[in-house]
Amino acid sequence: MKHLLTTKELTRDEAELILDVTEQMAEAVTGREVPKLPALRGRTVVNLFFEDSTRTRTSFETAAKRLSADVVNFAAKTSSVNKGESLRDTALTLQAMGADAVVIRHPAAGAPQRLTEWIDGAVLNAGDGTHAHPTQALLDAYTMKQRLGAVEGRTVAIVGDILHSRVARSNVWLLSKLGANVRLVGPPTLLPKDIGDWPVEVEYDLDASLKDVDAIMMLRVQRERMHAAFFPTANEYARLYGLDERRLALLPDHAIVMHPGPMNRGMEIAATVADSPRATITEQVTNGVWVRMAVLYLLLTNGEAR
Amino acid sequence: MTDLLIKSADLVGRGRQDVLVRDGRVAEIGSIAKAGSATVVDADGLVLLPGLVDLHTHLREPGREDAETVHSGTRAAAKGGYTAVCAMANSYPVADTAGVVEQVAALGKAAGYADVQPVGAVSVGLEGRQLAEIGAMARSAAAVRMFSDDGHCVSDPILMRRALEYVKTFGGLIAQHAEEPRLTEGAQMNEGAVSAELGLPGWPAVAEEAIIARDVLLAEYTGARVHFCHVSTARSVDIIREAKARGANVTAEVCPHHLLLTDEAARTYDPVYKVNPPLRREADVAVLRGALAEGVIDAVATDHAPHAPQDKDCEWAAARPGMLGLETALSITVLALGGPAEADWDTIAERTSRTPARIAGLEAHGRDPKPGTEANFTLVDPAATWTVVPGELASLSRNTPYAGMELPVTVQATFLRGRATVLNGKIAEETTE
Repeated sequence: MKHLLTTKELTRDEAELILDVTEQMAEAVTGREVPKLPALRGRTVVNLFFEDSTRTRTSFETAAKRLSADVVNFAAKTSSVNKGESLRDTALTLQAMGADAVVIRHPAAGAPQRLTEWIDGAVLNAGDGTHAHPTQALLDAYTMKQRLGAVEGRTVAIVGDILHSRVARSNVWLLSKLGANVRLVGPPTLLPKDIGDWPVEVEYDLDASLKDVDAIMMLRVQRERMHAAFFPTANEYARLYGLDERRLALLPDHAIVMHPGPMNRGMEIAATVADSPRATITEQVTNGVWVRMAVLYLLLTNGEAR
Repeated sequence: MTDLLIKSADLVGRGRQDVLVRDGRVAEIGSIAKAGSATVVDADGLVLLPGLVDLHTHLREPGREDAETVHSGTRAAAKGGYTAVCAMANSYPVADTAGVVEQVAALGKAAGYADVQPVGAVSVGLEGRQLAEIGAMARSAAAVRMFSDDGHCVSDPILMRRALEYVKTFGGLIAQHAEEPRLTEGAQMNEGAVSAELGLPGWPAVAEEAIIARDVLLAEYTGARVHFCHVSTARSVDIIREAKARGANVTAEVCPHHLLLTDEAARTYDPVYKVNPPLRREADVAVLRGALAEGVIDAVATDHAPHAPQDKDCEWAAARPGMLGLETALSITVLALGGPAEADWDTIAERTSRTPARIAGLEAHGRDPKPGTEANFTLVDPAATWTVVPGELASLSRNTPYAGMELPVTVQATFLRGRATVLNGKIAEETTE
């Protein structure tokens, strides 16, 4: 593994290795007085964020610092999409500064893949357009493993705006690779065209999709989508595809409720559901740090010093 | 000008012949032993085609001379075997006045590598609101017959109706870039399985098909001529086939890249494969090839779209759409029509020269040689192959999707009114007539 761009390109062995190392990272750091490992001392990790995402950037920054790497935050407010410095020039700058790894968040799908053509260091995709968000899927899988014992054989419903979701895409490839049954639930307007070859079931009716799921993942839906006729109103969306207490009761007792954040309380998830003990939302945030430590560690050391 | 004697060329359908050219016109065809001081070109083993005609070229001048000029673009045209190109209107300023079309035509004449027939804009500034001065462009020195807002669709049905009616006064036609704009807002590539996976907003086939269907009906209703630019989907072919069967006055072109490449190329996220309309599915490629062979699609047109490096060396969404085409079009056409061994040169001449010349109204082009016709020819080596090296192209730009590919057939010589613009595969540096 030189880069981490998508979960689709990971082999099952690679994915399981990342999840194993994630567990080791959690164990190695948890409970320590100084929660830090020396593994990446002297290495430079650049956080190159073209979209505001304090959550993801902070998670990567924390992960890199816990591995003793030097962290440079490069907040690029503009990109060549809106006539700032070009991505290529930014890449050449980072290359000249000697970045060992670049963590990139970008509004354009494929930007991380383009970056690999211009720099020598490892590229870690922290979300590109509506394409991929591999560390999110990995932390989701890790959370399921923790709470459900395994991913293999579990049924996972991913609900909402699949069309615009890089989280959904990355989870489809990763979870199916790890042996889960993946079900996509949403209105046809929010499902991509021509996904007949995807390793998923597709369902339009949320109520009918609940009784056998082990995990339900609610995706953030932007209210503004209603202006492009994806759905009529926020209220109708919440009624048809929101997870409220009535629907929570339709889930098996052991099922967990996941959300990649940030949440629209009252839209795709009711506040009481988000705060219920079945919700894993804050665990997902914690696990995000371990997963990102594992990925940075594996990319920058080839796993050799383990 | 010295006379020219082309020796033992394969004249499509007429066997091997010698062709004597005097004062830019064909003087004699047959077995010609010698002709005084004539320059002799040995065409043994070469096919003589009427000079290729491109219905759809972006020469970028005026406005984007860093990407292409009329001079560099027509050199690329000559290298690809073309003797005439139709220059699209989306320059800066837009070719929506007599002044701009006359300027483009004059630049073409001055360069001397190919006849440049300007295409006029349908609407002022390509904005789709007000008709451009179509009559003035038609009556200008550039004698514009074909009008197009290419790059933009004339999507407003009333504007399209009026434009179709208006060009009837001088036998003109509207070349439509068929793209329903509301269905393609933000679109980046063909909508389908690949776009679903890549997370790039989709450009659905129906956005093209809906406009073609509408414009077929408008053409029939108004009795006017419409030409469909860069047809890219299987269903578009069906609609055009049905329209022609009913006798509608419609013609259509296909681009070489839509005959060879598919949306799978987008997996690289390399914007050299970004083009509008986008690369489609394998099934569309197969149907387009069949329709071209059959004649439902009338012509190959390059949509040659040079772009400066910074407009392609970027993320996909930020890149401009379009790819080079003039220097590779003939090779790709031969590939798409069955490959060099099976090449039917009469059909190739029909789709790349005779028919596009007829559509554009270029009477001196697209003519098989006979005494008296202008000597606009291309000599093609049907057995040779070549490898596309971007740095060796005559275009100022490098955005070819075929870099590194080995392609069949080479253009050995191109003659514009009897003067070699390309000879022995090399561009002639002196072009004054």
